[in-house]
Amino acid sequence: MSNAIPEPVTKLIEALGALPGIGPKTASRLTYFLLRAPSELSTNLADALHDLKTKTTFCSNCGNITVDDPCPICSNANRDHRTIAVVEEPLDLIAIERTGTYDGAYHVLHGVISPVNGVGPDDLNIAQLIKRLTEGNVLEVILATNPGMEGDATAMYLRGELTQHSVKITRPARGLPTGGDLEYVDTVTLMRALQGRSEM
Amino acid sequence: MSMRPRTFRTPALVLKRRNFGEADRLLTLLTPLHGKFDAVAKGARKPASKKTGHVELFTRADVLIAKGRSMDILTQAEMTNPYLPIREDLIRGAYANYAAELLDRFTYDSDDTYTTTLFDLLDTTFARLCDDDDPRRVIRYYELRLLDEVGFRPELNECVVTHEDVQPTDQFFSFDGGGVVSPQGSAHSAGLVSLPVVTLKLLRHMQRSAYQQVGALTVQDSLHSDVERVMLGYITYILENRLQSIAFIHRIRQFNS
Ligand SMILES: [Zn+2]
Repeated sequence: MSNAIPEPVTKLIEALGALPGIGPKTASRLTYFLLRAPSELSTNLADALHDLKTKTTFCSNCGNITVDDPCPICSNANRDHRTIAVVEEPLDLIAIERTGTYDGAYHVLHGVISPVNGVGPDDLNIAQLIKRLTEGNVLEVILATNPGMEGDATAMYLRGELTQHSVKITRPARGLPTGGDLEYVDTVTLMRALQGRSEM
Repeated sequence: MSMRPRTFRTPALVLKRRNFGEADRLLTLLTPLHGKFDAVAKGARKPASKKTGHVELFTRADVLIAKGRSMDILTQAEMTNPYLPIREDLIRGAYANYAAELLDRFTYDSDDTYTTTLFDLLDTTFARLCDDDDPRRVIRYYELRLLDEVGFRPELNECVVTHEDVQPTDQFFSFDGGGVVSPQGSAHSAGLVSLPVVTLKLLRHMQRSAYQQVGALTVQDSLHSDVERVMLGYITYILENRLQSIAFIHRIRQFNS
């Protein structure tokens, strides 16, 4: 970048450009927008960014992102802690919460087994899951990793690790996407949807 | 480097897949004519996207690629082989990971020198991993073919030190020399591993035969382990570090036994 641009400006452009989905153009546009906007906007943003890391932590029980440890879900007595839904990321947990139909507990792995990308079982929050099964009276573990090669492999791996604990292990059903045309659905999804068909 | 048209249709194997941006995926594809390259599949993480299930890891698809401003864009995809057993069996899947990782590590982006052969090799290997009764044999055969193609064919017929024909007795293997070292030659070399005659025979048979002949062979567990020791040692030496997929295969074997 040329010397004509002051250092604080280039610093922010570079910082924003390091975020996923933001290219150099978008980073510049956001930076110049903030330059012209009321300083309150920048202050709020800076505070929010600061709080993000200083005021949050990972729940020592389930791995979810939280302000208090244990997290509100783990410490909620009205939830069914005998059922644990295992998800890849905190965002997957939020997606399940949004359905409003699940009242069990969670466990966040923070990733998925992907040897090709250099991620093995030890890089995930698996040991803590096993600890929870050993300690508590868990009846069911729902392996809610994403459908697909890595999510399926992670679920199969976890099933192997968990069989010695006497819990029911389930995996969410796989079906056809709402609003999609059958002719565009891939072979794997269609086959699994047919295998998992139910009477109506 | 080949001159690629602005848009082209090609069969492709999905070698790697990373999340990218809001709902996109960045795919590493292996194609017969244009080699290995990255392409973005926009919206491919949304379940209702027409591309979603068609660009799964370790599947074959017909894809349409368009040259974008900075990156190649995958605009259409239709899965042509899902290699289903690879996704339903942990160990077969782990071997598929290894096959893909190995090919990825031995090739460069957009290098099209030997890609048709490599595409066919990986395609057939995925197919064999689906239905062969011994996936480990499939993998050893794949390693030897791949090393042939990328210029690291192990020398199994003459000693790499003395250059004399290898006799049917126990030998040594030199990772550095890339082949067999005879007991006579071993006096002058360091860093050798043992190569029992049974291991040597199986490797030679695999190196010169078609898979139909190799597939007819029943390989005992102990011999498998020994061939694996030599091959993984050699490959790790060439690549100068361990492959993540090997660690995973060992982990699964542990709790299967
Ligand atoms: Zn929690």
